[in-house]
Amino acid sequence: MKVSDLLEKKEFKCLNPQIGVEGVIESGYVGDLLSWVMANAGSGCAWVTIQTHVNIIAVASLLEMTCVIIPEGAEVEESALERAIIEDIPVIITNLNAYEVCKILGNAGI
Amino acid sequence: MRYKLILDVKRGDFDAAGEASRKIKDILQQLGVSSKVIRKVSIAGYEGEMNLAIHSLGGKIILEVGEEELSLTIKDIGPGIDNLDLAMTAGWSTADDKVRQMGFGAGMGLFNMNKHADNFLITSKIGAGTKIVMKFSLE
Ligand SMILES: Nc1ncnc2c1ncn2[C@@H]1O[C@H](COP(=O)(O)OP(=O)(O)OP(=O)(O)O)[C@@H](O)[C@H]1O
Ligand SMILES: [Mg+2]
Repeated sequence: MKVSDLLEKKEFKCLNPQIGVEGVIESGYVGDLLSWVMANAGSGCAWVTIQTHVNIIAVASLLEMTCVIIPEGAEVEESALERAIIEDIPVIITNLNAYEVCKILGNAGI
Repeated sequence: MRYKLILDVKRGDFDAAGEASRKIKDILQQLGVSSKVIRKVSIAGYEGEMNLAIHSLGGKIILEVGEEELSLTIKDIGPGIDNLDLAMTAGWSTADDKVRQMGFGAGMGLFNMNKHADNFLITSKIGAGTKIVMKFSLE
């Protein structure tokens, strides 16, 4: 599944679509403790987290994640978005909760 | 020595956080280091960088790339760690509420560094500072 396929669903919105959304989501990871994510998340994943500060982009970029998904309508910090544009990481927001996001990813075969 | 780089990390600088690790990753990519090694160095480097920003009074990250291995040295000017065994224990952390809310403070950073480096050495002295030397085989 590509990021663009996920964005076709009305529940998801990309905050920085100008960077391109053709990346392929190969797996998923959920977590808010950065050291756990750092140690365990795979490259090419969609990372679901309620953290919204600039460090999530550092983590996503170092691990070569495909995108970051922020659930439950949490507001993403401006500095994080600026960094996400530089680092080429799509930041996607949704009002769904993390479980509902995973269900959609799972149903899409991820 | 093929390459050497020294980067400063300031105390409390969360917004710059990850920049040193980012630079290191870019350089290793340019040097043609394998993505498997880059991933390990990135994980260990980021944990070290964040520890400097969160727990230390400031410090440096030194990258040295040789023919067969590379080393990452992370050293600071204090305050030092009282009990290294405790600090190395997964889950042990002195992080305050503010950084915990940002997702730090799982007490997994040093554990992760030790796990991902092929060789890990930490020394620390109260009042003087902490020094970590990690070696990664280039395969
Ligand atoms: N450079 C340092 N200077 C002083 N104390 C340190 C330093 N690095 C680590 N420590 C101490 O060791 C503890 C464990 O560090 P570790 O990186 O494993 O976990 P953490 O930083 O607390 O949480 P996490 O890395 O999971 O976000 C820290 O809470 C801190 O008390
Ligand atoms: Mg740490």
